[in-house]
Amino acid sequence: MLSRTALNLYWIGRYMERAEFTARLLEATIRLDALSHRPAGASAWRSALLVAAAEVAFDEKGEPVNASNVARFLALAPDNPSSIRSCIQAARTNARAVRTALSREAWEGVNRAWMSVRDRTSTGGTQATLNLIDQVKAEARGFEGALHRMLRNEPTWFIRLGAAIERADNSARLLDVKYHLLLPADAVVGGTIDRDQWTTILHTVSAVTAYRWLYRDGLKPWLVAELLILRNELPRSLAASMEEVVTLLTALSRRSGKQGEADRLARSKLTRLRQSSIDALFQSGLHEYLQNFLTENGRLDQAIAQQFRFA
Amino acid sequence: MARPGAFDEIWGTSRDQSARPEFAALAEWISSTSEAELSRRQQAAEIAFRQLGITFAVYGEDEAAERIIPFDIIPRIFTPREWSNLTVGLEQRVLAINAFLRDIYSDRKILRDKVIPEELILRNPQFLPQMVGARPPHGIYAHICGIDLVRTGPDSFFVLEDNARTPSGVSYMLENREAMLRLCPELFEIFPVAAVDSYPDMLRETMQSVAPRGANKDPVCVILTPGHFNSAFYEHSFLADNIGIELVEAADLEVIDNFVWMRTIDGPVKVDVIYRRIDDDFIDPLVFRPDSLLGVPGLIAAYLAGNVALVNAPGTGIADDKAIYSYMPEIVRYYTGEDAKLPNVETYRCREPSQLSYVLANLDDLVVKLVDGSGGYGMLVGPTATRAQIEEFRDKLKAEPQRYIAQPTLALSTVPTLNDKEIAPRHVDFRPFVLTGADSVKIVPGGLTRVALREGSLVVNSSQGGGTKDSFVLMRSQDQA
Repeated sequence: MLSRTALNLYWIGRYMERAEFTARLLEATIRLDALSHRPAGASAWRSALLVAAAEVAFDEKGEPVNASNVARFLALAPDNPSSIRSCIQAARTNARAVRTALSREAWEGVNRAWMSVRDRTSTGGTQATLNLIDQVKAEARGFEGALHRMLRNEPTWFIRLGAAIERADNSARLLDVKYHLLLPADAVVGGTIDRDQWTTILHTVSAVTAYRWLYRDGLKPWLVAELLILRNELPRSLAASMEEVVTLLTALSRRSGKQGEADRLARSKLTRLRQSSIDALFQSGLHEYLQNFLTENGRLDQAIAQQFRFA
Repeated sequence: MARPGAFDEIWGTSRDQSARPEFAALAEWISSTSEAELSRRQQAAEIAFRQLGITFAVYGEDEAAERIIPFDIIPRIFTPREWSNLTVGLEQRVLAINAFLRDIYSDRKILRDKVIPEELILRNPQFLPQMVGARPPHGIYAHICGIDLVRTGPDSFFVLEDNARTPSGVSYMLENREAMLRLCPELFEIFPVAAVDSYPDMLRETMQSVAPRGANKDPVCVILTPGHFNSAFYEHSFLADNIGIELVEAADLEVIDNFVWMRTIDGPVKVDVIYRRIDDDFIDPLVFRPDSLLGVPGLIAAYLAGNVALVNAPGTGIADDKAIYSYMPEIVRYYTGEDAKLPNVETYRCREPSQLSYVLANLDDLVVKLVDGSGGYGMLVGPTATRAQIEEFRDKLKAEPQRYIAQPTLALSTVPTLNDKEIAPRHVDFRPFVLTGADSVKIVPGGLTRVALREGSLVVNSSQGGGTKDSFVLMRSQDQA
């Protein structure tokens, strides 16, 4: 496979995953804004910007932080490279360049996603925004479905590899921002928490029901953290994402008979995740842990680029 | 149904409602299917094309960066006899084109024998002096030709243009057929239509057959595209996908010691045959345009060293130059010893003073074309032009006559076509695709029918409001499975 093709595929995976994540983030934030006992207002939307790593770009525009401005910025703004629309556009541009590596269905999945947002400039009211989100989620599912019907070989592996790296990144950022925001430094484990805020995290990774099944317990911050970091049953957890990265890299290296730096980094990351406990993570500082995870994830991304000659 | 003065391929020349007997079943199908139903199916096809991204870009129109070519659901049909006559003529023509290219880039016998004026070749910008003496593997220059044909009567076909560089449109032939199979399956029960889906295999065999000596045992073939912003990118990717070969951009290739390598996730892989969809000018910045970012530095050196086959070879543009076109009957006779089985359209060479004065005196009735123009640009259609346009061309012709040829306005044949209101005759042309490999010439039974959707229009180019139709080639009864 051409190196450029592999690079494009990898980024299709990353962009489609990011688009879906941002859609979920928006959905959960709207819910938080609507359901909070006390008005969540600007703080809910600011934290959404933080999670999407779009705070600086938004502030540069000088617009007030409110539901409609942030929703538009995260969903559709052409000047926000991480907006849902920008991500889908980038995924489509990449997909168009590697049409030959995609099945017809997979291409149609990306192309249809693009057509659903291409002409949208306004998110409209809350209901219209939610409809848009539903549509984006459905398109993302359609693409993922098509992906599972593609040949199980390099093209699928590179797309899924990009998606898994992106997923780990998003989950880590979500948890870090919300924790940072919600749990002041002097808060004790087990203290009173803001139920709605915690539900928001679970909604964003579609894990509300999963939490109930796995813990059969009320919402506890450290359990939410454990679910998102260590539990490989949850597809969007760091552990599950890293397992997928290792599996995909192994599939790729088995084909070529060669392993590299990316394999080594990913395996060592996974091993450490498997050996961690949530208590230990809290004691050494969750924020530091997550920041470190994000840095390492960036390094892994670089190692993948080098190993497959992306540059 | 027939347009006065024009031959309709279904209705013949009759003014009443009876179709040519061989197509009575199509006429029956058209009349028994409501226009609303036809229109619904046509829309379904266009939606499918858009979802697939079968788009093309129109130069000079940034807004509509991606458009689909309108598709018309009523097919045009060739009888077995019509088709076999065409294929004989097409084979003869591409054999002559290849012999001509071999000759003018080596011995130039045809110039010594004064069949063509020497300066018309040697001073022609399409003639590439850098390619003199090049020996393309197996001596083939134009592996893929798209010969544009027009028709004026039951047995009157003319070659309008030879496309010997990188003719496009074959993806429409294949996708139009897929759409017809899905939307009008009953037509394939009525007519024994020859399949076109063997084209990708034929192209692969053709490419593999021209691999240079010393190539990989299973020759590595690729398609070289300018990239996904090119107007024909869909076709490039479609072909690569259907042939099962890599679609590469210049940045994916590298020339080391006169061999071509592509960069893969496992390291470099040697490339033997490149079907390049990049024009000669841009293909190698070391030899041609130095500012080209689309090209591969050193590619021409690798080609001259005989280490890679380029499909089509550089320099084929001289064979489809419109100034050379007027000599094609002589060229065919010179190399094959036979008269051309497919005639040219009568052509006036404006470079010759006597012909120029005739052209200037008859601009109202003629079509004037740039010798190096394509895509329907830079052309005057006398009968439909405004006075101002005619006068503008008169000035251009006087200033640079050598840049133009002129042809009579032909009564192009029509095919019934669905428009907003009704089914009405519209003018068509036809581009079959002719493949020349090391051992044989192959023609897939079909091609691209382009239709001028505007009433009375003779311009079928997609960039100028043209559409496409499926082209059925009927099998002889003994050919049917």
